[in-house]
Amino acid sequence: MKHVISMLMENESGALSRVAGLFSARGYNIQALTVAPTEDESLSRLTLVTSGTEQQIEQIVKHLNRLIDVVKVLDLTEGAHIERELMLIKLSATGDMREEYKRLADIFRGDIIDVTSTTYTVQMVGESKKLDAFIDAIDPGLILETVRSGTVGVMRGEKCLHL
Amino acid sequence: MEMTGAQIFVNYLEDEGVEHIWGYPGGAVLPIYDALDTDAKKLNHILVRHEQAAVHAADGYARSTGKPGVVLVTSGPGATNAVTGIATAYMDSIPMVCITGQVPTGLIGLDAFQEIDTVGITRPIVKHNFLVKDVNELAATLKKAFHIATTGRPGPVVVDIPKDVQNAKSTYEYPQEVEMRSYLPVTKGHSGQIKKAVELMLSAKRPILYTGGGVVLGDASEELTELTRKLGFPITNTLMGLGSYPAEDKQFVGMLGMHGTYEANLSMHHSDVIIAIGARFDDRVTGNLEKFCPDAKIIHVDIDPASISKNVIVDIPIVGPVKKVLAEMISILDKTKQKIDEQALADWWQQIEEWRATNCLRYDTLGSKIKPQAAVEALWEVTNGEAYVASDVGQHQMYAAQYYKFNKPRRWLNSGGLGTMGFGLPAAMGAQMAHPDATVVCVTGEGSIQMNIQELSTCLQYGLPVKVVCLNNGFLGMVRQWQEFFYERRYSMSYMESLPDFVKLAESYGHVGIRIDNPKTLKEDLAEAFSDKYKDRFVFIDIITDQQENVYPMIPAGAGLNEMILV
Repeated sequence: MKHVISMLMENESGALSRVAGLFSARGYNIQALTVAPTEDESLSRLTLVTSGTEQQIEQIVKHLNRLIDVVKVLDLTEGAHIERELMLIKLSATGDMREEYKRLADIFRGDIIDVTSTTYTVQMVGESKKLDAFIDAIDPGLILETVRSGTVGVMRGEKCLHL
Repeated sequence: MEMTGAQIFVNYLEDEGVEHIWGYPGGAVLPIYDALDTDAKKLNHILVRHEQAAVHAADGYARSTGKPGVVLVTSGPGATNAVTGIATAYMDSIPMVCITGQVPTGLIGLDAFQEIDTVGITRPIVKHNFLVKDVNELAATLKKAFHIATTGRPGPVVVDIPKDVQNAKSTYEYPQEVEMRSYLPVTKGHSGQIKKAVELMLSAKRPILYTGGGVVLGDASEELTELTRKLGFPITNTLMGLGSYPAEDKQFVGMLGMHGTYEANLSMHHSDVIIAIGARFDDRVTGNLEKFCPDAKIIHVDIDPASISKNVIVDIPIVGPVKKVLAEMISILDKTKQKIDEQALADWWQQIEEWRATNCLRYDTLGSKIKPQAAVEALWEVTNGEAYVASDVGQHQMYAAQYYKFNKPRRWLNSGGLGTMGFGLPAAMGAQMAHPDATVVCVTGEGSIQMNIQELSTCLQYGLPVKVVCLNNGFLGMVRQWQEFFYERRYSMSYMESLPDFVKLAESYGHVGIRIDNPKTLKEDLAEAFSDKYKDRFVFIDIITDQQENVYPMIPAGAGLNEMILV
């Protein structure tokens, strides 16, 4: 099952490679990963998407906690939470397709943020599944470039990942 | 007081109470070596002949004392040579701080001479590592390194110090405190879980204690012994746990696992409650996981949560330092009204005695060749079972584990996790430095000893009276054994040709060399090597042993604990 694991870690060089190294060394997979400093500059927040049996996920969380640079770990999937991902997708847009893509972007609540005579760049935010659905709705031959941020998320309500 | 980074380093080690540091100089640590000359007062540096040996020696010191081992090597090849030693310490959770020199910060990343990404290379084999880029952070970083290495589940920590940081100046004051928000090892077990565990223990009909290196590392032998005697349960030790419970005690059923005793493995397999303490259900212990102890409920005490339910799902996990958890168990036992089922326990012991009666460690003593088992038994007798025994890796390691009955912890020093050939001699050197008056033995084979044979020179320089007991059968014995069993006796590359004359080799270093090849005089020949005559000498005892001998019992790969090959 897919899990979104979020952690606070020391904002130090090498911290990211400790996390990435742990996954490769122990044979766990990372489907997506995103990291950036928080409002406290000494801390980074790293969110990753992985999958495995409950036992594997438990081991992953334990091993992450064992890393000295990792301050706190939370498996968002354990409770009610919100996930978001940002995508920029550049499409070949000519003729009738220009109208069609505009409508489609509106339906998915995306914004066209760059326009040329032959291309549109659509910005879209949502759960990863929604971004997948948008991609599926487009003729693959007309997709010029896709870039996705990886999932970030927070727990619903008052539950937080903080020190 | 203002001083250079190199001086800060040396003064820090003095203030930290470090006695010995094992190392080898080179370009990127020259400032530190200079500071050793000018600033070291009590700190003693031992010059090895290869960096790997420096790390193993520090490791042997750590294993035999419980104090952290400290290593100093240069950048590039110095650091990469140390890698095997660091990995060895990591796999066995040995407290260690390894300082590596690095090229000046301005040259990092430019493929400078003797530059290597030490922090990157060692990352998967350390508990933590640091690159110190600012001399003002050096003392605090060293404090963190020692704190991390010695607390929680111990392990090696690498501190990489660029040469310009060693030369830069800063004020030094020994940091008394260390605070790390992201590193807070547990200090006690969960009382509710401990209570539940004791209840389960007392309700058992076929219980067994299965204890490992964590008991040795956690200095919990006394508590373990007391608990085991109070319970009256059988106890088995892992390879790493030997000595944490007296091997001559009648409740001890021997080592378990691939080359464990019949009674230990069958007791595990048929048990209904396993009390695992500071052990990690290694594959060499469990055999085939699907067949592992089908009827057992498992209690697992370990300081590292990641060791719990890693290989085998446990019923009652307890995360905490074993010493405190065991003490709490004892105090609950003293108060509880719950009674052990004495009849069931008596029946269980009767069953175990039947298994024990197979005498699975018996071996043929009639041949004209010295049996390696007999050599280890003779060693045990001539050293009164009191020696520090460092072992290399292979058949001789298993013979030492099976036949040298360790009654005290920290006497048995072996590379259990990584299985590093070449570990034995330098580890023995480290133990001898720590215990100058004790008998320190390196049990080895003609294969392993050659992996760090250059250390004969270090032993001469420092007058280390280590006794090497080389079980020389002219084969990489464990490889040969597997080839005999599983590769239709095709002994591919397992025969050791062109061996040196070890006696002459030892003599060429100014040591004593003795060859023993007569089974009839084995014990008296060995006794002479360990006599007062050679008390202060390094002695290389080359024992020519039976080439055909195998280590039994054995659980073949993929089999369960109840599927052992006996002799």
